[in-house]
Amino acid sequence: MLEQIRQQFPALSAQVYGKPLVYLDNAATAMRPQSVVDTWTQSVLAGNANIHRAVHYLAGVATEAYEGARDCVQAFINAPSREEIVFTSGATAAVNLVASSFGEAFIQEGDEVVVSAAEHHSNIVPWQLLCERKKSVLKVLDIHDDGELAVEQLESLLSPRTKIVAISHISNVLGLVNPVEEIVRICHAKGVPVLVDGAQGIVHEPVDVQALDCDFYVFSGHKLYAATGTGVLYGKRKWLDAMPPYMGGGEMIKSVSFAKTTYAPLPEKFEAGTQNFNGAPTLVPAIRFVQEARANASVQKEQAAITEYIYTKLIEDERITIYGTPFAHKIPLFSFAVKNAHHEDLALILDKMGIALRSGQMCAEPLMDRLGVTGLLRASFGPYNTLAEAEYFVKSLEKAINMLM
Amino acid sequence: MSLEEKKQQVVEDFSVYDEWLDKYEYLIELGKGLEAFPEEKKTEERLIKGCQSRVWLDSEERDGRLYFTADSDAIITKGIISLLISVYSGCTKQEIAADDFGFVAEIGLKDNLSPTRANGLVSMIERIKEIAG
Repeated sequence: MLEQIRQQFPALSAQVYGKPLVYLDNAATAMRPQSVVDTWTQSVLAGNANIHRAVHYLAGVATEAYEGARDCVQAFINAPSREEIVFTSGATAAVNLVASSFGEAFIQEGDEVVVSAAEHHSNIVPWQLLCERKKSVLKVLDIHDDGELAVEQLESLLSPRTKIVAISHISNVLGLVNPVEEIVRICHAKGVPVLVDGAQGIVHEPVDVQALDCDFYVFSGHKLYAATGTGVLYGKRKWLDAMPPYMGGGEMIKSVSFAKTTYAPLPEKFEAGTQNFNGAPTLVPAIRFVQEARANASVQKEQAAITEYIYTKLIEDERITIYGTPFAHKIPLFSFAVKNAHHEDLALILDKMGIALRSGQMCAEPLMDRLGVTGLLRASFGPYNTLAEAEYFVKSLEKAINMLM
Repeated sequence: MSLEEKKQQVVEDFSVYDEWLDKYEYLIELGKGLEAFPEEKKTEERLIKGCQSRVWLDSEERDGRLYFTADSDAIITKGIISLLISVYSGCTKQEIAADDFGFVAEIGLKDNLSPTRANGLVSMIERIKEIAG
């Protein structure tokens, strides 16, 4: 059954240095299924025209594919309306959009923004830029030593000056599902809106933005098997309506004159310039793949087996420290350090064994400081990875460690 | 040994290994054999940027020749810097400045390192050139 899934991903059959590729860097970017490649090809070959404006046939085809993707995303995350789905170039662009535009409208000098200690730089730096510009204050929700967010400290961190809380659904380093529903509840009780960075969350967890009740949810397409340069900002209409445009240009305007320009309605108001009309339609087959994989019992069984196997192997090895340990919240993403072995050496040796994994700070320097490390190794698994690959990884890691000792 | 002879020696030493893992094994041995580098010398000025790991390079000039010492927190990188300084220690500034560092490409080190890693190597070479320049 898993073979059927793997066959959908031609890139997985690659050989590197004469060895079969074992791709364990899925948290950085996922591979694309053939259906995504085909949709892209189809768009370029038979539907390549700029969307929305022109009246010719191809423009119609392209617009339909682009807007169809919006409907698909809306259904996927159960957004109340399609106007609340804004396409961006990725999660980073979406956070920047909110930080800039929401910040412009709602954040004043002395106001506060809260992020967590476990955020990706993309959910830190846009807020820092905003805080510099507005002379507002960035506050940090800490984590416990086991990697869990210190949610019990959140309420006391919120003040009448807190204007927004931006928090990841799943940290790209710790691989733990954060209690975002509880976070939203705590924040809303104090009237504070919440942005959820779903770059990892959307891949591993079902997301219903109405049930979650978050104010913004952002994610990238490329980690979700769609084309690079695609991304989504979901925002509640009340906020998107009240926020000024982020960028000016084509598409986002209603009428332009030197005296007064008026803006297009949602979502075009936030989609200035030529959009990624070749890429966005790939979200449709990508989402279809996610839904298939989630409904596929053998994929789910294999994923659970991989998570348990790697977790057990790493945690029982005294030379190894895993960061993000509570098993109940763990996704198959493992960041770890090996005593007396540098992460770069291990990654370099494992690379030559055909294993692609991430080493370094993983775009989360503040978290590395909090954990007291200069970098880590990270193995992140996707639905096409097998238990056999996990076993090969553990065996290869053992070999690599021995080479260094 | 002249600079040319030293470079030739390195190329020969490397050529006996077909497999990349064996080349790494060799670099690891070189790294382990590198002379201890005093902790107090691990300063910001001696740190080389552009590596995932940290590399410190120090030099002194005696009788018109440069002598290098180095360290890294990663062992393969330590092996690479060890290789570089074993070749260039004892050379005059003029010799180093005139050298094209082509032997690094010849042993395949540059191509077979990941780009970030190759950046580290480039930074190490740049620093040696800078000291000589």
